[in-house]
Order: sequence, then C-alpha cells, then structure tokens
Amino acid sequence: MTIIKGRTGEWEMVIGLEVHAQITSHSKLFSGASTTFGADPNHQVSLVDAAFPGMLPVINKQCVVQAVKTGFGLNAHINLESVFDRKNYFYPDLPAGYQISQYQKPIVGKGYLDIDLPDGTSKRIGITRLHLEQDAGKSLHDQSPKDTYVDLNRAGVALMEIVSEPEMTGPEEAAAYVKKLRAILQYIGSCDGNMEEGSMRADVNLSVRRKGEKKLGTRCEIKNVNSIRFIMAAIEYEAQRQIEIVEAGGTIAQETRLWDTTKHETRALRSKEEAHDYRYFPDPDLLPLRLDAAWVEDLRRALPELPDAKKERLMQQYGLKAYDATTLVADQAAADFFEAVAKGRDGKLAANWVTVELFGALNKLGREISHSPISATQLSELVGLIEDNTISGRIAKDVFEVMLETGQNPAAIVQEKGWQQMTDMGAIDAAIDAILAQHADKVAEYKSGKDKLFGFFVGQVMKATGGKANPAALNDLLKKKLS
Amino acid sequence: MSTLTDLNMQQLLVGLQKKDFSALEVAKTYNAAVEKAAPLNAFITTTPEQALKQAAESDARRAAGKAGALEGVPLGIKDMFCTKGVRTTASSKMLENFVPTYESTVTQKLFDAGIVSLGKLSCDEFAMGASNITSAYGPVINPWTGADPVHAARQLVPGGSSGGSSAAVAAHAVVAATGTDTGGSCRQPAALTGTVGMKPTYGRCSRWGIVAFASSLDQAGTLTRTVWDSAKMLEVMAGFDDKDSTSADRPVPSFTGACGQSVKGLRVGIPREYRLDGIPDYVNKAWDDGIAMLKNAGAEIVDISLPNTAAALPVYYIIAPAEASSNLARYDGVRFGLRVPGKNLIDTYEQSRGAGFGPEVRRRILIGTYVLSAGYYDAYYLKAQQVRAKLMADFKAAYEKCDVILAPTAPDTAFGIGEKTADPVQMYLEDVFTVTANLVGIPAMSVPVGLAPNGLPLGLQIMARNWEEETMFRAASALESAAGFSAKPPFRV
Repeated sequence: MTIIKGRTGEWEMVIGLEVHAQITSHSKLFSGASTTFGADPNHQVSLVDAAFPGMLPVINKQCVVQAVKTGFGLNAHINLESVFDRKNYFYPDLPAGYQISQYQKPIVGKGYLDIDLPDGTSKRIGITRLHLEQDAGKSLHDQSPKDTYVDLNRAGVALMEIVSEPEMTGPEEAAAYVKKLRAILQYIGSCDGNMEEGSMRADVNLSVRRKGEKKLGTRCEIKNVNSIRFIMAAIEYEAQRQIEIVEAGGTIAQETRLWDTTKHETRALRSKEEAHDYRYFPDPDLLPLRLDAAWVEDLRRALPELPDAKKERLMQQYGLKAYDATTLVADQAAADFFEAVAKGRDGKLAANWVTVELFGALNKLGREISHSPISATQLSELVGLIEDNTISGRIAKDVFEVMLETGQNPAAIVQEKGWQQMTDMGAIDAAIDAILAQHADKVAEYKSGKDKLFGFFVGQVMKATGGKANPAALNDLLKKKLS
Repeated sequence: MSTLTDLNMQQLLVGLQKKDFSALEVAKTYNAAVEKAAPLNAFITTTPEQALKQAAESDARRAAGKAGALEGVPLGIKDMFCTKGVRTTASSKMLENFVPTYESTVTQKLFDAGIVSLGKLSCDEFAMGASNITSAYGPVINPWTGADPVHAARQLVPGGSSGGSSAAVAAHAVVAATGTDTGGSCRQPAALTGTVGMKPTYGRCSRWGIVAFASSLDQAGTLTRTVWDSAKMLEVMAGFDDKDSTSADRPVPSFTGACGQSVKGLRVGIPREYRLDGIPDYVNKAWDDGIAMLKNAGAEIVDISLPNTAAALPVYYIIAPAEASSNLARYDGVRFGLRVPGKNLIDTYEQSRGAGFGPEVRRRILIGTYVLSAGYYDAYYLKAQQVRAKLMADFKAAYEKCDVILAPTAPDTAFGIGEKTADPVQMYLEDVFTVTANLVGIPAMSVPVGLAPNGLPLGLQIMARNWEEETMFRAASALESAAGFSAKPPFRV
C-alpha cells in the first residue's frame, strides 16, 4: 500500500480502473466494416456505422466469442443472457446519437485477477463486470482553425469495458493490474493490448482518505489515460491534488477529469451536475443475447494456458524463481521464446540468458522479441555449448555479441574464432607452471598469507590461455600447486 | 383507361399473363392516373420515367419466361422505405433532399418480384400521426367525401400514417401500395378509405432500410384493394433477413392459399372491452354485422376478455415516443439531411432539428426524452413495458379460447382536415383499436365492410396469433366476401 505523507498526516488512496480494450476482430461490433488501424479517415465506415436511415445493427459473433473467452480469463461468471442498451447523447462522432452498450445485464459478471507486485508478492483484485460496447468515432480539432472534422473509422469498433473493484491502493498496483490484464488479453487473443494505437485505455477512479479510515472519500474519474506510465503519473498527481484540497479545509467535487499529457496534470472536464442523463434503455433493434451453455463450455475448454498457470508451470518444470517466471510470462512471446531455448537445456541457465542477456540486448536495440536478431534455436545452441563445457560462460558472452552482429550460429563462431574451452589438463597445467615461474615473488607472498593473490594467478593464466581455460579445472589445479 | 385501373392486382396479373396488355401499357396508364390524382397530394415524389423503364424490363422478363410473382404490377411505395436513387423523405423537411444509396429489403424483394414503382407516397412525418396532416409536404386528401352535404363540402383525411398509400389505392392511382404500421398506420387509413390494410407479425418482414419510427413496433405492411392482393404482396415482402436481428428465420407459407378457405369451426373472439363509450352506434353496428357475417359463414363466435385493453393506448404513447426520441437522434445535421448552420455545435443541432422536424415529431421526441429520463424511467418506460407484458398475457389467454379476434379498426369514419388537431390526445384516440396488435406483435388487418350513414367507409379488424397470418387471411377473406363491399369513392382516376 502506498502511503502519502501530507501536512496533517498520512493518507491512502482507493483506486478502481475501467479499462476499454478493443476486441481483436476483422469487423466491427454491429457492422461488417473493417477494423484495421491506420486507414485513411472515413474509409472504414459502413452505412450502419454512419447511422443512415433504416440501418440496423447485427451482432458480430466473433466479438461475443472474444468477450466470453476474456471472461473466463478473468475467472468470471458468464451471463448466458445479456442485453444491449442504448446510451443516448449527442456528439458529432457518435452518428446514431446513441452508443450501443450493455448497462444492467452485461455479458460477463464478477471475477478476479491476481496482480504481481514489484516485491514478488501478489494481490487479488476483483473484477466487477465486463461488457460489450461500440467505440465512438474521432473528432479532429486540429485540421482547420474553425471547423471540427470527424473520422468515423473507429465508430462501431467493438470494445470490452472491464471494470475493477476499487481495490488498488497505489500507482504500482494500478500498473500491475493493467500489465496483468493486458497479458491475459494478449494470451487469449481478444485484444492486442497496444496502448499507443489506442487498443487499450483506462478510466481511473480515485479517492483519498486518512490512513486507517474506513469511509471512502469523494472520487474523481480521470478519463481515457492511454499508457501505464500516464496512469501512474495521473494517480500520483490526482492523489496529491485531492489531499492538498482536503488538508486546506476544502472538499472534493465529484467530477470527470482528464490527464494532460503535456502539462502532466489532471484537469476538470465536467462536474457531476453537468453529467449527461444518458437515458439508457434496451436497444429494440437487438434481441437479448442468449448463449448456449454447451457452446460457452466449449470456449472455456479451448482456452490457452494463461499467465498464472504458465508461471506456475515454468517454476515447476524448469525450476525457475518466481521473479524470472513472472518476467517471462508477462509477454506470451517471451515465454514461448524461453521454452524454445530451454528445450533440452538447463532451465535456470536458459532463463538467465533470455531475461538478462537477450532482453538487455533487445532493449538496447529497441526491438520486440518477435524481431529478435537471435533465434530461440541459436540461443538454445549457445546454452548447450556452455552446458557441455565447449565454452565458458564468459566466452559465451563474446559469442553472443558476435551472434547479435552477424546472426551466425554459435558453434560456427566458436569454431571460427577457436574459442573452444581448454579442457586438456596437461595444457592448463603447463600454463599454470609458466605463470608461477614468472611470478615467483608473488607465489612467496601468497604462501606467507596474502590469499587475495589467488585471483591474480587465475587472471594471469586466463590471459595466457586466451580465456579458454576451463575455470573449474584451473581453480582446482592452481589450488593444488600453491598448497 | 378506366377499365385497366379498375382491375385489382389479382385481375391485373391474370391480364398480364394472358398478354391482354403489356406491363408498359399498364405503366403508361398508371402514370396518367398518378397525374390525374395529383389533387389528392398522395405522392411526394413521382417516378414516371422509372416506371416506364421498369415496365419495359418487366415485359422483357415475361417474354423470356422469367416472370416474377408480381411481374408488371405498378405499386406506390410509402416514403418511409429507402429507395436507391429515389428521394426518400419520410414526409419530413429533415430528409427533403435525401437520396438513399441503398434499397430497403422489402422494396428490393418487391422489385425482384417484378413490380413497377410509380413513386413515393406521402405519410405523416416519420409515420407519426393518424391523419397524414403532419406531412411536411401538405395534407393528403381522402378521395371519399361522404353522402351528406356537410361532409361533402369539406376535405377529409385519408387516415394515417399511410395516408398517401390509402388515398392512392382508394382512388385507383396505384394498384396497391406498401405501408408501415407502428400503431395502426396501415389499418386505420384502410378503414377510412374503404381499402384493405394489413400488418403482419412483428419480425415477418425485414425492417432494414425502412426509416425507423419505433423499432419494437414498426412493421412493413400493405394497402390493397382486396384481401388476396394483400396476401400476394406479403408472400413477396416476408422472409428472414440477416441484416435485421429482429426478423424471424421461419418459412413463408402460401398466404394466398389461405384466402377463400372456409371459416367453418373457426373460433372468432369478440373482446368485450372493445365496446367503448363514445363510439358511434354505426361503428358498433358494423361490428355486429361483421360478427353475423362470420357466424353465417360457419365460424363460432366466442365472447372474450382482454382486461388490460384500456392501458394499451397510454402504454403505446410511452413506448413509441421513447424509441422514436432515440431513433431520431441521428438526424443532427452532421452527415446527411437538413443542416442549418448555427453559432456552434449545440446551436447547429438545435437549429437543424428545430427547422427539420414538424411540431408532432418534436412533441413525441420531447415525450420520449422525458419518459426515459433519470427519475421518470421507472414510472413511465419501465411501467409501460410491464403493462405491455400483461397485454401479451391477455392475448395469450384469449387465444386459448379463440383463433382470431374481430374488432372495429377505427373509432369513427374519416374526419375533416383540420379537425382533431387542437388536442393531440383526440388524434391519439384514433389508434385506440389498433395499437394493441403492435404492442403484442400479432398480425392484424382491416377489411372494408360497409358505409356509415354519412356515406363513408367503415372497416373491421381481424387479429390472429403470432405467425398465423394464414388464419388471419382466411377470416379476412371470408369477411370480405360476406360484406361484398363494392362502394367506390367519388374521386377516382
């Protein structure tokens, strides 16, 4: 729990998130129009999306499948009957004058997910509901000095609104929640989780109260925050703002706010009094959505392994530590990559090479694992070379660098460079003798108690052998000779 | 010319098939009829050239042995159906210049069956009304004038909302017309013009491409000269459409086959709650006559009760405006339709909608917005839905005892243009016998049975169970042949 020290005492915050996740599907929720990102404005708009007279919505089955699968991913209750409602308000990017959403009877009910915190612990966060709804279009205010332009490409695109219980207590928990939710959606394939393209965005509900206080404070909702970094920053800013108001004797006005990404502050959008009366009512163009129990069960059975289960398995099967397993499962591609590397290898060693060396290199290159210059097969081969003592771990790092640059296979690099480890005891023995003879004075010092010099001798022998001496063999021999 | 336009659809189809005349001849005759009927103001848009072109194509199809079910039949299309390339106004200023790039499912099916379209028929604005006086393109005039001098001296309404359709059919300016029926908009105009008006079961016809008024109540329907004609049209118009989630995936039986079938043993329910105070004696007498006709034809007359009848009209005037207030939100001046530029966005909305919508449409949007508002939703909209469920239960129970229900269609004969406009509730009462079928979803049709002492036509309504249009047509055709209604309006082409 994050505790904030105010002027008058300690404060805690209560946070709930409403995440809007764009469903991965070829067409929109109620029309056949395409959903590809980046098309020219108004090029992916059907007559239904533009709400022409007499046009009617027809539910896209694929979107229902995605919502049900996601519901299972959130350990949630699937409602076999749900209802689509109209949420009425006027806005130019809302062609029909209403958004089709689910109000009283959502497709998915209560569930939960377990978030992984930086200290290695986990915490269960309740999910209130998940419902299906249409996205609105986009108003473009920067195309003309006096007119607003409207792009309806997004209008009608299917969203899942996933509402959490107000059970998060700080920015780290909120970030962990979004990361975990994103991982689940990506595993299921129901949302690509791409926050930059707007595939996922969050409304943050936040209130503050004095530490230990049971009663909730008045909350504010920060709309449409579109990155984990901004979510954390908005929470920090907003909590501080609310605390300052209360400590100065003021009260929090319940309102909708927005996060200004350039000024790094939240700003009031509209007050509770200005809130729309959405006049929700069941959409008479759509029948209640009834799902067949057996069909739903088939979807459950066909679910892929989800992050938590995968983490458990990686720990058991490969002997990984929780931290490494958590890191790997956060991205399904990374977990898959790891398993390919670890096939027939030591799991811990493989995990180390993936999470430390490879992730580090990708980070520097600014690349996703899907575009790694080193394939899983190649990295597995490298780990194999370490395991069978062909090369040492230290040489392996050099090999890795060459692999990054040239894309060559590790065995070929080792062969070409002559980097095979020296395991011939006689050769190491000879090298040691030569060094000890060269440094008779140091040998005398060592024998008189200067233990630290052992490392010096190791270093000299390694240098003489071009780093190829097997470190364990070298240690053993050297100890014997110096005793 | 008079003989051709006097043919009903069934007779016309026979003549076309026997090559007594060509579709082109028929179309030319009807183009002239449409022109002659101009004083009725039934059409908003006429399409004589399109009619000739379609008629020539129709003749070619027939010559090639590829005649459709309605090959060469000239129809009028209510201006609520979006028609590709032909202006579709919904009788509103809002859509004065709206030319759809798409064809409604129902009209597409009609065209696929070979019809020739004479043009787009006026109606109440967005189909909201019972007199056709709310049309932004002026009132439609009923070709009937009545016997007594008082009536004859004034112009009468053709009913509504499908008033252009009913007037055009009654005046023989078209062979038949499409209509839409949200609360009686096919049946009440039929009753007021001596024609046959029919709405099928909700979900029987696709609503795709029909300008929406109240989605849970709207159905496409017909205005025709005979019951058989209506059955024939419905056979073409009906059927599942995957573009309308509320259309039903079930087979379309032969409705024409049901016409003329005996009603012997058919149980006809007479709802006692439909004997309302203030209804003229001649309406009740026509009803009693209708009962006698069906009884003589072998039907069994059953007294039934529909206890929540009195609640139907208030329920209708909550649900229909609620849905309309939302359905009409799309007319905002942004993408299509009328735009009156304002100082800012809100002003543009207000100016556009204020100028585009007439007073009745604005009134219903206000009512609908009100009944859906926070704090009023439970008391109005939710309560109305609960009562709607009770109405459904009423009918379910009644249909245990009977197969069809017989009732008056409208509370009186046609009234004068300008009457019943001061008090909207007076106008809403026109729908008192018809709204229930829409709330419950059942098929219903009005058949002309005679003239009132004032010389104006009266209609009776047959309601059947959901998906039992065949039973409805069977009873309606029995009533039609027993009544033998043959009176014609003084104004005819």
